[in-house]
Amino acid sequence: MPARRKSGRQTVTFSRPVAVVSAACCAGPLEGEGPLRGSFDIVYPDMLNGEKSWEVTERTMLKDAVLCALGKGNLSRDNIDYLLAGDLLNQCISASFAARDLSLPFLGLYGACSTMAESAGLGAMLIDGGFAQYNVAAVSSHYATSERQYRFPTEYGGQRPPYSQYTVTGAGALLLGHGPSFQGLLPRLTHFTAGQVIDLGQKDPFDMGSAMAPAAADTILRHFSDLSLPPDHYDLVLTGDLALVGHSIVEELLYEGNLVLKDRLQDCGLLVFDRTQQNVFAGGSGCGCSAVVLCGHIMELFKQAKLNRLLFVGTGALLSPTTFQQGESIPCVAHAIALELCDDRFVE
Amino acid sequence: MIFVNAFVVGGLICVLGQLLMDLTPLTPAHVLTLLVVSGGVLSGLGLYGPLVEWAGAGAKVPITSFGHQLVQGTLAELAKSGPIGVLGGIFDLTSSGITAAIVFGFFAALIFNPKG
Repeated sequence: MPARRKSGRQTVTFSRPVAVVSAACCAGPLEGEGPLRGSFDIVYPDMLNGEKSWEVTERTMLKDAVLCALGKGNLSRDNIDYLLAGDLLNQCISASFAARDLSLPFLGLYGACSTMAESAGLGAMLIDGGFAQYNVAAVSSHYATSERQYRFPTEYGGQRPPYSQYTVTGAGALLLGHGPSFQGLLPRLTHFTAGQVIDLGQKDPFDMGSAMAPAAADTILRHFSDLSLPPDHYDLVLTGDLALVGHSIVEELLYEGNLVLKDRLQDCGLLVFDRTQQNVFAGGSGCGCSAVVLCGHIMELFKQAKLNRLLFVGTGALLSPTTFQQGESIPCVAHAIALELCDDRFVE
Repeated sequence: MIFVNAFVVGGLICVLGQLLMDLTPLTPAHVLTLLVVSGGVLSGLGLYGPLVEWAGAGAKVPITSFGHQLVQGTLAELAKSGPIGVLGGIFDLTSSGITAAIVFGFFAALIFNPKG
C-alpha cells in the first residue's frame, strides 16, 4: 500500500495539522543576557544552578521545560501519550534521566542538534497516525557538558578557533496535540521532511557549521521540491545552528539549487546571541540552540501574528569523540518541520 | 641585553605555537607534544643549550625547555652510569617541575570547583 500522506521523496503532509498546544524553554545565564532574553520561561542564574554537576543541571533544565510546557498547556502528565526527547550526551542521559522522574512513556532520540525538529516531526506523525493524542517533544544541551564530551573539559582551558561555536545552555519543549492552544495564537505542524545523512568530508570538530550546511541545504531543497513550493512560500526558513560560517555556506548552496530566500533565511545560532557583545565566536550551537529559539522567540512571533508560515530546519552533526579521534569525517543530518498559523475552524 | 634576547626568543616560540593552533587542525595537546619533542631534538643536536645561554628565560620558560631538560638529564646520566642511565636520568632535571605540577594540581582540585 503506498504511503498516502507522503509527498515526493522525503516529505509527509499531515492529514490534520498538529497543533502546538504550548511551548516552553529554559536557558542558561549567557543566553539570558542575549538578545532573546525576554522570550525564555526560566533563566538559570549560573551554569550549575545549585546542582552537583553540569550533567544534573542539564537534565533538570529538560525536566523544567517539559513541566513548564505541561503547565502552560493546562494538561497533566496522565494526558501525555509519549515523551520524545533527546540531547547530546552519550546514551542520551539528559533525556532518559529526566524521563525517569517524569513517569511518561519515553522514546529517546538522537539526532544531535537536529533533535528538536526530529522529535517534533515524529511526535506529530504519531498524533496524525492516531497513535497518540498529546505528545511532548523536548531537547536540551549544556555548554559545559558538551564541551567535556565533544572537545575538551572547560577546566582544560584549550583555545578555541574563531570559527567555533558556543553550545547553548538551554532546553525546550513543545506540547503537541489535537486540541485548542492554551497560549493564544500558536502554529500547527503541517509537514515534516526527514533528512538524509550527508557527509562532504569535513573533519574539524570545531567547524560544525561548514559540516552541517550541505545537509541543511539538501533537506530545504528537497522540502521545496517535494511540495513544489515557490521560494516565498515561507515567511521564514530557520536553520538550527549553522552560525556565521555555515549560514553563508547554506545561502550559497541554496542559490546554486535555484532557491533564493534572501532575508527569509535565518539561523538560530545567529539569533540567540549577540556576536558583537558576547564572546561566542561564530554563534550558538547545540540541541538547545534551535529549541530555545523555536519554543521562545519564534512562538512569540506567531502569537503576535508576525509570522504566518515557518520552515524550521534542525541541523545535526552526527560525530562522536571516537570517530573524530580516529580521523573520520563528520556525517550530518537536517530535519525540517513546517509550521503554519491555521484557522482552527478549518482543521478541527 | 639578555632581556631583549629573552623577549624576542620567548615571543617567537609562542608565536610558533599560536600559529600551529590557528592554522593547523592540531589540538592543544598535539602542539604541546610537538614543542616538547622539538626542544628535545634541538637539545640533542646541541643547539638548545647555546640558545638558553643567549636568551635566558626566553628559552627556559617555554615548554620546549622541558624537552631540552629531558635530553640533558638523560645524557648526563648516560655519561655517568652507562646505557641504563638513559632510563634513570630522563626525569633527573625535570622531576621538580613534574612534582610541582602534580602537587599544585592536587591542591587546586581540592579547593576549587570549575564554574563554567
